[in-house]
This record gives sequence, structure tokens and C-alpha cells, in this order.
Amino acid sequence: MFRIAKKRALNPQVTLMEIEAPRIAKKVKPGQFIMLRIDEFGERIPLTVADFDVGAGTVTIIFQKVGKTTMALGELSEGSFILDFAGPLGVPTHLKGYKHAAVIGGGLGTAIAYPQAKALHRMGASVDVVAGFRSKDLIILEDEVRAISDHTYITTDDGSNGSKGFVTDVLKSLIEQGNHYDVVIAIGPLVMMRAVSNLTKAYGIKTIVSLNTTMIDGTGMCGGCRVTVGGEIKFACVDGPDFDGHLVDFDEAIMRSQMYKASEREALDRHQCRLEGKQDA
Amino acid sequence: MPNMNPKKIPMPQQAPDVRNKNFEEVEQGYTNDMAVEEAKRCLDCKHKPCVSGCPVNVRIPEFIGEIVKGNFENAYQIIKDTNALPAVCGRVCPQENQCEKLCVRGFKGESVAIGRLERFAADYHMANSDEVIEKPASNGIKVAVIGSGPAGLTCAGDLAKLGYDVTVFEAFHVAGGVLMYGIPQFRLPKEIVQREIDSLKVLGVRIETNSVVGKLVSVDELMREEGFKAVFIGSGAGLPAFMGIEGENLCGVYSSNEFLTRINLMKAYRFPDYETPIRVGKRVAVVGGGNVAMDAARCAKRLGAEEVYIIYRRSEEEMPARREEVHHAKEEGIVFKLLTNPTRILGKDGWVNGIECVEMTLGEPDESGRRRPQEKAGSEHVLDVETVIIAIGQTPNPLIKDTTPELEVNRRGGLVVDEKTGLTSKAGVYAGGDAVTGAATVILAMGAGKTAAAAIDQYLKENY
Ligand SMILES: Cc1cc2nc3c(=O)[nH]c(=O)nc-3n(C[C@H](O)[C@H](O)[C@H](O)COP(=O)(O)OP(=O)(O)OC[C@H]3O[C@@H](n4cnc5c(N)ncnc54)[C@H](O)[C@@H]3O)c2cc1C
Ligand code: FES
Repeated sequence: MFRIAKKRALNPQVTLMEIEAPRIAKKVKPGQFIMLRIDEFGERIPLTVADFDVGAGTVTIIFQKVGKTTMALGELSEGSFILDFAGPLGVPTHLKGYKHAAVIGGGLGTAIAYPQAKALHRMGASVDVVAGFRSKDLIILEDEVRAISDHTYITTDDGSNGSKGFVTDVLKSLIEQGNHYDVVIAIGPLVMMRAVSNLTKAYGIKTIVSLNTTMIDGTGMCGGCRVTVGGEIKFACVDGPDFDGHLVDFDEAIMRSQMYKASEREALDRHQCRLEGKQDA
Repeated sequence: MPNMNPKKIPMPQQAPDVRNKNFEEVEQGYTNDMAVEEAKRCLDCKHKPCVSGCPVNVRIPEFIGEIVKGNFENAYQIIKDTNALPAVCGRVCPQENQCEKLCVRGFKGESVAIGRLERFAADYHMANSDEVIEKPASNGIKVAVIGSGPAGLTCAGDLAKLGYDVTVFEAFHVAGGVLMYGIPQFRLPKEIVQREIDSLKVLGVRIETNSVVGKLVSVDELMREEGFKAVFIGSGAGLPAFMGIEGENLCGVYSSNEFLTRINLMKAYRFPDYETPIRVGKRVAVVGGGNVAMDAARCAKRLGAEEVYIIYRRSEEEMPARREEVHHAKEEGIVFKLLTNPTRILGKDGWVNGIECVEMTLGEPDESGRRRPQEKAGSEHVLDVETVIIAIGQTPNPLIKDTTPELEVNRRGGLVVDEKTGLTSKAGVYAGGDAVTGAATVILAMGAGKTAAAAIDQYLKENY
């Protein structure tokens, strides 16, 4: 059992939790993830580690309430317990040797990219962060990001924060203005990572993306997380989750992410019915 | 007087068209009378050929003799002497290639049903014994076991009985390995595996689930920082093989590991009560001819698939699956496409809608002694299916090897060990089961766990 030491809403849909998992906290590095299962009936889902505190023995996760499991997780209160919490899994992001980095976050991806940006900043790299959100009230971690970046650009799809557009628009104009980046780290929805990778490919800038596929074990045992990278099958959980964005077959990854959409909807509907006190759907 | 009936006493079982819709156990076990009747078929041969066919040399005629006398608990204790998991082995061992293959009764009829009798004795014990397991006095020496499949559980149990302070590290959230995540409920009820695990806990074995060795902690750290004096690696053969053919990443294509893990470990067959989904479709092709393929096909049928094909490139004779499972699968309506090999998986809008196959003929025997399949030119044909499950084998997961530089592995990724002791290339580190051999059997994994436990005991006695 793993105790929820702290819980904080970052926006109406996104929640931060610090989980007591001292062994994992001691070992984890930016870019790695954990698998959790809330209770006996639950699914195993992967969540990227957003931060960790070796002293306090906690691991921070940030998640968006989009499906049954993340909804239910969001309903748990501080002090309660999660049944299973395994990690740290995956390969840490390779951050050494970069001098000028652009870190691009799409929505929740900003939280996942934050530890990378922070680590790069600590290692002395200049870091520009571009973060995109659907609208102003969904912006998360703005202060945290500003504290560790040289420049921060926040855009919204609807322009409600005064800066309308996609992250690719901002990145493109930064590059066009003559900013030189030796790496771009893009984390967010698959379509956003595809767009960023297509853009940076044209400029020949190395790009790292983080693929959060469907996973069951997270240890290389099921192959459910497989993706095609550079024409080869890779398992996102053990070969990734970071990959070279220019080599990832995004179209296939997007297609594969649809596999359980119908079941997910069914589970979610049922969960919401329960919450509203109705009979099982 | 021995019972000279040339046939085994049949085992009561659920009717095929009933059981192919539920996950209850297929075979329901002998009654006391049936067991005694069957036991009487044993001739108690002097040279005991059956015993030499058993990888752990269970004293077969002796336990069967106790069943004849109605001393069922004694029978169990005799088996348990050399086999740590009788209730499991009685259900899943490939007896027809082991003990029963050498049974004298098999020359002119069917062999004695040794497996069924083993299962009977074990089930009798579980239902009737009031044996109290006592926790042995601890000698305070810590041993780590990685993986909780049959190899790890057996090694842990034997060492705990000798007084060692044993901790099992398991990557998943439950212990049991393939017995829990691979072999389905209808063939091996999980309650049976759980009982074996619970009795280990009574012996003082600590089981740490959610602990992926190589990620959370390395073998070196266990030994250097956490005070484990010896380590046994029983991490199995978890890495699924794909075929490398077109269309394998379409939605609707599963590795058998994924398909079976969703169903058995995550209980997707009880979706939405259990939240892990599974997508089966109406027509399913399972590629492969082993137990894994049979299990996947029979699960698919139970989850409502109307048409389930087993696609296997050789003939039935070469199928590595237990004969009983092949028989059960056929009874349940699984269609066997033998001498057939997939060439590509077809799809539409990202989803599987067919599998293209070619017919095969068998040529000269290959190095495994089985006749080598060859494609028949121009025999391409398409089966319309919505789901494809690839069950063509697994190899050991490299996670532990990659984080323990001193461990040697062979060409197929198996850890290299000394056969007599299970010792790896690293001092104090032993290994056994599928992690060494690649996908094999429960009984061999168990035997390897036993061998290693004895060797670890000796090593620790000499060094600590
Ligand atoms: C579907 C299926 C059906 C089968 N049917 C039969 C049958 O009928 N009869 C038969 O005899 N055999 C059968 N087998 C084969 C048999 O189950 C295996 O040979 C046997 O389980 C191997 O035992 P093991 O202890 O070596 O490994 P496993 O049972 O594979 O257990 C290994 C354990 O180690 C854990 N692990 C792996 N890596 C790590 C790590 N880094 N850290 C911590 N833990 C780790 C795994 O999660 C797993 O729990 C079947 C196999 C499958 C998949
Ligand atoms: S999640 Fe199963 S192999 Fe990656």
C-alpha cells in the first residue's frame, strides 16, 4: 500500500499527488515512469514521474482526469492509499551535453516535461519552454516553469491568455528569429509531438519525444506498448518512453492508441453513473 | 489383483459446449472410489520406469500404492517429498512425455493416469488435511529470490524450511508467475496457486510485489547494500516474440502474453467489474502450437468468439502442447489449421480484418528432430479474422542481465548456469527455470528451484 502524502489540484482537470514510495524516490531519474493500480479491480496505468524527493521519500505524479482510472484516482483524498505502485520504469531521458534546449509541453505534457527542463537548467543549459493549453484556466505550473527557464512562452488554442496559437507556431518563430537549439524535447498529445517533430525535422534539430502508450506490465513482457521507430518494433516501456521524434511512426502510434477507446468510454460512463448514484449502466 | 482395464478411468469434466462459455475448471477430479480404481491399474513394476521419466523423480508406484490402500494423505506426503507443487503439476505437467510415456500399461492400452492421481492426492490433502505448518527457527542469513514463478517459489520454500530468511522480489502485483498470469483459471484455478503462496508465507517467506529487480534495485545492491548473502534468479521467459510480418502492429493483434495477462492476471474476462479491457472480436486466429496457443484460443472462445483458429506450421504430431489440451481445445470447437503459416496480417483503417497464410509441407527433420516445414508455392489464402494472437514463444527478459554485468547469457538470452547447482557466472548468484532454459515447463522450473536451493544451502554453510 502506498500513501498519498499530498494532493493538490493544478486546474479543474489536472491533479498533483505526492506518493510515499521511498525506494522508488531513491532511484528514479527524469523521464522515468511508474505503473499504478488503485485497487483490486483496477487497471494498471503508467504515469510519468513529475518530481521526487529523496529526503521525504515521495514521488510526484501529475495526471489529467480523462478516463475511469484517472477519475477514480482524482477522487482519492490525501492520506488514503493506492494498492500498487511499481517503478521506476523505462530509460531516463538522456540530457547530458546539451547547451541550448527548447522544451515543448502540450497541456499535461508540460508537467511531464518540467523535470527535464529543470534538470537541463541545473546542468547549465539555456532552456526555453513553450507550453500550450486549450485555454487560460487550464494553464498549469506556470510559476515553476518560469523559475527554471530562460524564456517561457505560453500559448492557448483559444487565445484566452492573450497569446493565441499552437506551440509549433511559437517554436517556428523562435527558430526563424535565429535562436539556435541543439535539442528539442516535446511532450504532449501524439498529434502535437508529431507536429513538433515534423517542424524540427525541416530544420535538422534533434528532437526527443516521450510516448505514453497503453501498457500493462511496463517491464517488456507483453508487447502491448510496441511502437515502430526507425522501421523497427520497440517497446515503449523498456526501450523508451523517450524516442527520437524524427524516427517515430506517429501515424501508427495514433492508430494504436484508439484500440480501447470503446471500452474506456464504457468504463468511464459506468463510473460516472455510480458517482451520480444511478444503477449500473 | 490389478485392475486390467486397458483404459484410464475417465475424469469427470464439464461438457464442452458448457465449459467453452465459462472460466470454471474443465476437469473436476476423481472421487475417492475412482482414484482407488485407477490406482489399482498400477502393476507396481520392480524397475519403476515411470519414476525415471519424472524430472523430479516422484516415487510414483509408492504413492499410488497408498491410494490403493485408501491412505490418501500418505500418498500426498510421498509426492510432496520431491515435488513442491503437486496440485499444480497434477494439472499442468505434460505427463504423456514424462512418467506416463514410460508406463508399462501404455504398451497395450492407456498408461496409468499418474497425473490425475497426483492431482487427486493433492486435492484430497487441500480439502482434508489439518496439517499445521510450523515456521522453522531462523538462522538469520538473508537470501533473495527474484521472481515468484514455480522456480522462485520452490527455491524460496526449500530455503525457508532450512531456516533462511528469504525475501521474494516480484515485478507484478501478485506472486505466482506464469501460474497466475499465463495459465487460465479453467485449467489451473488461481486459488490453488494462492494456497501454495500462502503456505510459503507461513514458513516466513516475505514476498515483495511491485519490485522490478534491475530497476528498483539491482542484484549487486541486494548483495552489497541490503545484506543478501545469496540470490536466486527465477525471472522466467517473459519477452514475447513477434513474427516480423506485415501488419503486426495493427489494432487487434496481441502477443499471447498480453492477451493472457489481460485475461488471467487483470481479469478482463470480468470486465467491467474488473476494469482492464480486452477486445476479442468474432473471428480469432491464434498462431502457434504450444500450451500457450491452446490457452489463448480457449480463452478467446470463452470470451464469445464464434470462430477460433489455431494456425500451426507443422502437423499435429509435432505440436508441443499437452495432448490433453489439444483434445480439449478440439472438443470446445477450436478449428485447427495445420501445416499453415501466416505471411501477413491484413487490415483496414488500422484494424485487423484478415490473415494471409500459405500451406506447408514437411521436409527433412531439423536440429530439433522435427520435420522442417516448407512453403507450398501458390497456396496463399486469406482467413477473415478480427483478432490475431501471436503465440510463437518467449525468451528471457534482459532486464536483470543488463543491470548485472557479471552474468553470462547464451545466444538465446538464457542465463548460463552450472547444471548441477544452478550457479551462474557470478559468485553467490544462482538461477533456474525459464530464465535459464527459455520457455519450458513448470516441473523443470520447480526442479531447478530445488537444485539451486540445495546448492545455496551448501554454499552458505561453507561461507557463513
Ligand atoms: C500460457 C502458458 C501456458 C503454459 N502451460 C504449461 C503447462 O500446461 N504445463 C507446463 O508444464 N508448463 C506450461 N507453461 C510453461 C510454464 O508455465 C513455465 O515454464 C514456468 O512457469 C516457468 O517458471 P519460472 O519460475 O521459471 O518463471 P515464471 O513462471 O515465468 O515466473 C517468473 C516471475 O518472475 C517475475 N519477474 C521477471 N522479471 C523480474 C524482475 N526483473 N524482477 C522481479 N520479478 C521479475 C515475473 O513477473 C514472474 O512472476 C505455460 C506457459 C504459459 C505462458
Ligand atoms: S507494457 Fe508490456 S511490454 Fe511494455
